[in-house]
Amino acid sequence: MTERKVKIYPRFERFWHWTQVALIFTLMASGLRVSGLIGGLPFGAAFMLHIGAATALMVLWVFAIFWHLTTGTWRHYVPTTKGLGKVARFYAYGIFRGEHHPYRKAYWRKHNPLQALTYLALKVALFPAIWITGLMYLTYNLWGAIPEVAVWLPVVANLHSLTAFAIAAFIVAHVYLLTVGGSFRAHVRPMITGFDTVDLTTEEEAYLASDEPGRLR
Amino acid sequence: MRNMFNLASILISALLMGQVTLAQQNTPPLSGPDSTTDHSKLEPLMREFTSGPEVTAACLECHTEASDQIMHTLHYSWDYTNPDTGQRLGKRNVLNAFCGNVAANETRCTSCHAGYGWEDIRVATPADPTRVDCLVCHDRSGQYTKQDNLAGHPPLDPVSPGAKTITGKKAWAVDLTKAAQSVGLPGRDNCGNCHFFGGGGDNVKHGDLSSALYDPTKEVDVHMSSDGQNFTCASCHVSDRHQVAGSRYSVLARDTGGTGLPGQRRDVATCESCHSSTPHQSTLIGMKLNDHTDRIACQTCHIPEFARGGVATKTSWDWSTAGRLENGKPIMLDEHTQSDGRKLHTYLSTKGTFKWDENVRPYYAWFNGQVEYTTGLTTIDPAQTVEINRIKGSASDSNSRIWPFKQMAGRQAYDSELAKLVYTHTYGPDTTSAFWTNFNWDKSIKAAMDYVGEPYSGKFGFVDTYMYWPITHMVAPADRALNCNACHAKNGRLANLSGVYIPGANPMGPGGTAGLILLALAVVGVAGHSLLRLIGRKGARYD
Repeated sequence: MTERKVKIYPRFERFWHWTQVALIFTLMASGLRVSGLIGGLPFGAAFMLHIGAATALMVLWVFAIFWHLTTGTWRHYVPTTKGLGKVARFYAYGIFRGEHHPYRKAYWRKHNPLQALTYLALKVALFPAIWITGLMYLTYNLWGAIPEVAVWLPVVANLHSLTAFAIAAFIVAHVYLLTVGGSFRAHVRPMITGFDTVDLTTEEEAYLASDEPGRLR
Repeated sequence: MRNMFNLASILISALLMGQVTLAQQNTPPLSGPDSTTDHSKLEPLMREFTSGPEVTAACLECHTEASDQIMHTLHYSWDYTNPDTGQRLGKRNVLNAFCGNVAANETRCTSCHAGYGWEDIRVATPADPTRVDCLVCHDRSGQYTKQDNLAGHPPLDPVSPGAKTITGKKAWAVDLTKAAQSVGLPGRDNCGNCHFFGGGGDNVKHGDLSSALYDPTKEVDVHMSSDGQNFTCASCHVSDRHQVAGSRYSVLARDTGGTGLPGQRRDVATCESCHSSTPHQSTLIGMKLNDHTDRIACQTCHIPEFARGGVATKTSWDWSTAGRLENGKPIMLDEHTQSDGRKLHTYLSTKGTFKWDENVRPYYAWFNGQVEYTTGLTTIDPAQTVEINRIKGSASDSNSRIWPFKQMAGRQAYDSELAKLVYTHTYGPDTTSAFWTNFNWDKSIKAAMDYVGEPYSGKFGFVDTYMYWPITHMVAPADRALNCNACHAKNGRLANLSGVYIPGANPMGPGGTAGLILLALAVVGVAGHSLLRLIGRKGARYD
C-alpha cells in the first residue's frame, strides 16, 4: 500500500457534479418561487426557468448514467456493510472523542460505505421521486382529464415539494460533512482539481504508472 | 411535341393575362353596398311609410320567411324553456335584480322588443307577421330608433314632447323610408342600442356591454376595435335562420368542438369556434397555457376587468330606499363621477340607491353553462342573500370551467309571509298603482301580483340578492391578459374557488410543511452535531 495523489474525479465527473450543483440550486430557487414560498421572479418566468433547468439536468443525467455504466464507475456506489458500522459509530460517537476517521479511500472505493449508501439512496430513491412527480406534475393534463384522477394532482404536487425538501436536507448534510475528518477546503479541492490522496495497492500503482500516468501526480 | 405544348401554354397564359388586364382597365371599381341588392333601388321601398309594421309588410314581399323565423327566436318570444332544468325563463318569465319584471310595465320594457306593440306579456307575442321589427336590427341609416315607452314603436312625426329613445336620447322623428332603403347586415349600433342599455341605462346591466363598444379602442375590445379586426356583434354571434348563437340562459361553457372542419359551419359564439381549445403558440409556455383551457374559460384571463372604456356599470341597486320624497317631490342625487366626467345617479326616488364601478375585477365561479333562476314561484330564505340566478357547475364536472362574472348586488321586494320574490308595478305611466308616480309599494306590489295572477299576502320586505352576468365581451389584447401571478399566488384571483389545485396559491401545503420540517431537522441536526464536536474539543483529523 502506498499513498499517492491520484486523479479520482476525472473531468466529466467534476463537470457533472458542478453543473448539477448549479442546476439543483436553480431548481430549488425557482421551485420555491413557483410554490409561493419566496417572491422574486414572476411566476411564469420562474416556471420557465424551473422547466428549463430540469430539462438540462435530465439531459445531464442521461450522459452521467451512460458515463457511469461505460466506465464502470457505478461500482463506487455498490452498497457494502464492510466498515459501515465503524463509520456510523464514528459520526455518532467517535468524532466527539477526537478519534480519527476510520475510512481510508481506495482507488475503486473513493467513498466511505455510509457515503456510498447515501449517494445510492439519493440516486435510486430521491432523484427518481423528484423526476417522476415532476414529470407527472408537468404533464397532468395527459392523465388529469378524468375527473376522479384529477384529485391526485395535489398529491403529486405535494410529494414533489416534499422530495425537493428532502434533497435540500441532503445538501445540508452533504456540505456539513465536508467539515468532518479534514478541512472544508481539503474536501472540496479534489472535486476541483480531480486529485485526492488515496491508498494504492502495488498493482494499482504499477498499472496507473504504466497505462494511465496522467492519473498520478 | 413537348416543346410545342409548352409554347402553346405560354401563349394561352399570355393571352389570358392580357384579357384580365384589359378587363380590369375597363371596369370601374365596385361601388354600392356589399350585398347583391341595393334596397334603395327597390320599387316597394320607394314610398312613404306611416308605421313600422308597414315597412315590415314591404320586407315580407321578398323575404317571405323572415317574420316566421324571427317569431321562433328569443328576440321575439322572450320565452325560453331550459331543456336541462325545465325552468321557464326568458324576459317574459324571469325576475331580475334591476328593474325587476316586465309584467305590468310593458310599454316601457317592451320598447326593446324586436316587434311592435306587445302591450301585455301575459298573452303571447303578436302573431301578425308585420308586427316583427325588421328595422331595429337591419337599419343602416343610423336614424331608426324605438321610443322608450311605445312597446317597440319608433318615434314618428309628430314626436310627443319629452319623448326619449331607448338609449335615453331626446326622441326624433324617424324617417322610415330612409331606414327601409338602407337595410343591411346588423352593425354594432343595431345590437347595441338595446343590449348596451339593458337595465335602463348605459352598461347598467351587463358590465361588459356598453356604448364604449360602438367604437372601442383595441385595449377595450381587441376584436371590435377598428384598429383591430373591426368585428360587429354578428361576427361572433353567427345566426342561422335568424337564430342567433350565444344565449345567456344556456351557455356553452366548455366548447370541445373547436373550429370545426374546413367549410363546416359552427353555429356557436364561443371563443373556441375560431381559436380552438389550443389557441396558444406551440412554445413551452404556450403549451402550458393550453393546459389551462380545459378548466379555465378563455374569458377568465383575457378579460382582466370589465366595464372598461370609460363607461361604468351598476354594481348595486337597493330598491328599499326608493320612495323618499322632499316636499312631496321625487329627488335625484348624482354623486358618482364616471371617468369621463359624467355624473351618474346614486339615488332616485323612483328606483332607490345605486353604486357604480369601472374597470371591475370579475367574480369567478365554476360554470357549466346552466343557471337556475329564483323565479316568482321559488320559495326563498330571506335570512340569506338570495341568488337570482344560481350559477351551476363544479370542479368535479368536466363540462365546468372557471368563468368570470359580474356580481350584481340587489335589495328587492319580497312577500314576507309567503317568502317569495314579488312582481312590482313601476312604470304606469299614470295609473294609481305605479310606483314611479305614486311611490307606494303596497299598491305597486298588489297591482303587479294581481296582474300576473299570483298570490300576495299583503306583507312585504326587502331581501338582499345577487345576480350573476357571465363576462365574455371586452376581450383585451393578449399583452393585457392576466399574467400567471394573478392566480398563482396566495390570495390570488381564484382563492375563493374549491376543487382546483393552483401551484403557488398554497405554499404551506402538507408537502411544503413536512418538507420544511425535514429541512429544519437537518439544520438542527447539523448544528447539534457541530456543537457536540466543539464540546468534544478535538475534531478528528483525516490523514
